[in-house]
Amino acid sequence: MTHFRYTLLGRLLADPMAVVAIVIISGLVLAAIFADVIAPHDFRAMNMADRFAPPSWHYWLGTDNLGRDTFSRLLQGGRIALYVAMTAVSISALIGLVLGMLAGFGPRWLDNTLLFFFDTLRAYPTIILALALAALLPRGLSTVIIVVVVTSFSEYGRVVRTQTLSLKNAEFILAERAMGASFGRIVFHHILPNVLGPFFILAAMNLPVVITIEAGMSFLGIGVPPGTPSWGATLKDGFDFIRTTPWIILSGGLPLILVTLGFTFLGEALRDQLDPKLRKGR
Amino acid sequence: MLTYTLQRVALALAIVFVAISALFTIMVTLPGDPTTVLLGPRATPEIRAEFRLQMGLDNPIYVQLADFWGRVLAGDLGTDYYRNRPVAVAVFSALPHTTALVFGAIFWSASLGIVLGAFSADNRNSLLDRVTGVLSVAFIAAPSFVVALYALLLFSVTLRWFPTIGAGEPGDIGSRLYHLILPSLAIGLAWVGYVARIVRASMLETLSESYIRTARAFGLPRRVVIYNYALRVAILPAVQVLGVGIGGMLSAAVFAEIVFSRPGIGSLIYDSVSGRNYPVVMGSMLVAIGFFVTCALIADLINAALDPRHRTKS
Repeated sequence: MTHFRYTLLGRLLADPMAVVAIVIISGLVLAAIFADVIAPHDFRAMNMADRFAPPSWHYWLGTDNLGRDTFSRLLQGGRIALYVAMTAVSISALIGLVLGMLAGFGPRWLDNTLLFFFDTLRAYPTIILALALAALLPRGLSTVIIVVVVTSFSEYGRVVRTQTLSLKNAEFILAERAMGASFGRIVFHHILPNVLGPFFILAAMNLPVVITIEAGMSFLGIGVPPGTPSWGATLKDGFDFIRTTPWIILSGGLPLILVTLGFTFLGEALRDQLDPKLRKGR
Repeated sequence: MLTYTLQRVALALAIVFVAISALFTIMVTLPGDPTTVLLGPRATPEIRAEFRLQMGLDNPIYVQLADFWGRVLAGDLGTDYYRNRPVAVAVFSALPHTTALVFGAIFWSASLGIVLGAFSADNRNSLLDRVTGVLSVAFIAAPSFVVALYALLLFSVTLRWFPTIGAGEPGDIGSRLYHLILPSLAIGLAWVGYVARIVRASMLETLSESYIRTARAFGLPRRVVIYNYALRVAILPAVQVLGVGIGGMLSAAVFAEIVFSRPGIGSLIYDSVSGRNYPVVMGSMLVAIGFFVTCALIADLINAALDPRHRTKS
């Protein structure tokens, strides 16, 4: 315990930006987990008598065009956002990790092929590809996840490849090899732990991007199925009635801004701690 | 430099070719009647038959692909069967609006970002530097379509300072620019933060170089050293980032065009997708990807021209 200050968590807690980030993120995660307990109303319940109700003690953030409680819907939306973000980021990070290490370790032609593959995927502007694919695939969360994975794993692949390449000929690896270490030992004991730092920073930085893509696709009507309380869908409802009931858009955008802010701050703080070379010039 | 340029151009062409071919293949080979997929469920049997013949849908996939590229190279992007016009007409009448929007966003992010970044580097660790530091991260984090919605709500609906819909009167530059301010700012805001941070970091690095010390030793005014000598070198990384960032800006432009009801590639694709108008989707994708790859290529070449070290890196 005496050295807590020097552990990763200890150092993070000394950074005010990281503390703000952790508070925001844990608040959102808790709100998403206990959404059913916290929610004052059923997020599906329509109450035609209270359509477009402004924020009040009864409806904290007002109601939408069908008289559904916006606050309860935003709580549910947090679940969707976190679910999509965790799933899509883990899948694309895993694919990127494997392909990146293959490119870093493999023969020259494989490296070049994979690099070209990564470059090609990067040429698709995310939302525009999402629109094109949405026309072909059924509407739903799995389509959102496919779009995110297709457009983002190449980024992990690049980072892992660069890191692997620079480690491959590092002196300690050569020493290991000279001592007769197996390929598996070099990869899993030496390369992998050193690759994971930048890899996790990228993942933390990518979570808010994915959440924004999900919300964006749902806003465009190509994400979640109709009626699902995604943050993007709430914003779309608000956009349709922006002139008369601005509070739907105002409250619909807030969790999105908070969550992206929280994860971006966390990513920054993690980078400062895990990757001293990239630390901002002070 | 010539070898490098040729290499980059060849790579860019190969990327566009593979990216579009993959998309085309996916669209054609997807299960279901391709005429329904490509023309939508509302197409009449006559159109279907004509389309089947015209597209050579009974040919093997590589023949179809070759036909597709043959037509594209001849400048024919296909036909928009709903409005009965060439896809190229629809796409190229929308493209200038999107280009204006993206370059407006680059204008905002470059001007505000460079000023903020240079100023923070010049006044390092001042209160303003710290505030800018936190603000840059906050700008980066703000999702562009939420920014667009909030901007629309605040400046157009509530304050009525800016128009809510459209791209302005055709031919009237003033009106066009007036309609461009808010949407381009909504897209550019995130990049203001990026550019400010990159300029600040590279400026600090440049300021510690020996030629800057020499310039100072010669007694040049501090302001001249910082803003004439250091800044010129320090904006290079920002050029690179903005070039690659155009892909993100194109995505953001889709939202800006829909939120502000502007014509453009984004709203064209959006409308075509909702109407299952596939020839238009395909044509717009081709132009959007080509546009993005070209911009990234140009940024790369500018960087290589300004900084020879860049040419050997990849």
